[in-house]
Amino acid sequence: MNKIWAIVKKDLITEMRTKELFTSMLTFSILVVVIFSFAFAFSTGLIKFAAPAMLWITFTFAGVLGLSRSFALEKEGNAILGLLLTPIDRSFIYIGKLISGTIFVFIVGMIIVPMFAIFFNLDFVATVLPLIPVVLLGSLGYVAVGTLFSAMAVNTRLREVLLPILLFPIIIPLIVSAVKLSSLVLEGKPLSDGASALQLLIAFDIIFVAACAVVFEYVIEES
Amino acid sequence: MRRAFTVVTFIALAAATWMALVYAPTEPLMGHVQRLFYFHMGTVWIATVAFIIVFVASIVYLWKQTRGWDILAYCSAEIGVLFLTITILTGSVWAKPIWGTWWTWDPQLTTTFILWILYIVYLILRSSAGTNTRRAKFAAVFGIIAFIDLPLVYLSVRVMRGISPVVFGPGGGGIEPEMMHALLVNLAACSLLFIVLLLERMDLEKMGDMLARLRARES
Repeated sequence: MNKIWAIVKKDLITEMRTKELFTSMLTFSILVVVIFSFAFAFSTGLIKFAAPAMLWITFTFAGVLGLSRSFALEKEGNAILGLLLTPIDRSFIYIGKLISGTIFVFIVGMIIVPMFAIFFNLDFVATVLPLIPVVLLGSLGYVAVGTLFSAMAVNTRLREVLLPILLFPIIIPLIVSAVKLSSLVLEGKPLSDGASALQLLIAFDIIFVAACAVVFEYVIEES
Repeated sequence: MRRAFTVVTFIALAAATWMALVYAPTEPLMGHVQRLFYFHMGTVWIATVAFIIVFVASIVYLWKQTRGWDILAYCSAEIGVLFLTITILTGSVWAKPIWGTWWTWDPQLTTTFILWILYIVYLILRSSAGTNTRRAKFAAVFGIIAFIDLPLVYLSVRVMRGISPVVFGPGGGGIEPEMMHALLVNLAACSLLFIVLLLERMDLEKMGDMLARLRARES
């Protein structure tokens, strides 16, 4: 447990000192929101229907920015070698990376949601609070698959370009159920109305955290 | 032996085509376009088998780490994508006169479409992943993850659309025996074709390996 925490702490400290990921993810999200509000400028009626989808599109694309750096950073100066040399199971490295990644993406998500509420004039308290568990579960599943693929993508010829191509088709169930739950929230209904979507989201998280932790050791390598 | 098998496959394919186009009775409601279904079912069956082989071969590869399983997974994925493309195309051509549209986002179609994309991504990953062992490991990992994802994709599409399973198919319960014969012969012929293609493709891949080794020795 301590070993996992050490990796998480290392990632958090790196991010706190550079603030590279947060700035780029947030700036990107703001830009997307601006583009959406221009695109829907004259049709405010549409926003209520489109907001959940827009929210998760923004979230997914911003997340890719952060994830693609997750292992690219380790490759610089061959820091990955240090990680691999530590005498711990490879799946611990994965869990550590998963936790730090989820924290980043979750925080970004929790900034995007209020931003949406403000810019698109949604009810603040009624939307933001119930969305917290959805964003958390969404971040976890998203980063679970994303961390694995990020470790793969940095070692391919296409590098960061490959990450979204690998990631997006796999996370379709996650996005679909998250959008479904978010639209329930925006309509003012309780999450229990979307029980099947919630179950699917949780199932996705459990299955992919377990599966990715098992196969991670085949993906990570030096140089 | 291999040549004889190929000849048998060719004869079976000719027979299957004849049965689909001539032997099977014309469907009273849909007309001749329904005959596409024999090929449609044959190819989708092969695609399913091919992707299951990718999944199993990927697991065995990660366990044993021998090139043979990697070749099997790769070749199977390639043929699976080819056959699934034919499935989607024949389905589309059938859907236009029957449903009045080339495409609809029905759960089955959506899942098939995502399946198709997933294995195209598998091939893209392979072409981008450099050296042999690394490529094989990455592809195996993706092959496993993609296959695990499929049931979730299907469920998610159902969640989005609400629970309204719509089963489209040729006739449902009232299928005529001649149609059944034609369908079975088509499935068998497609299976033979799959085996022939898979064996040939795997040989080609092994020859490619051999060539690479010879070149490396020469330089």
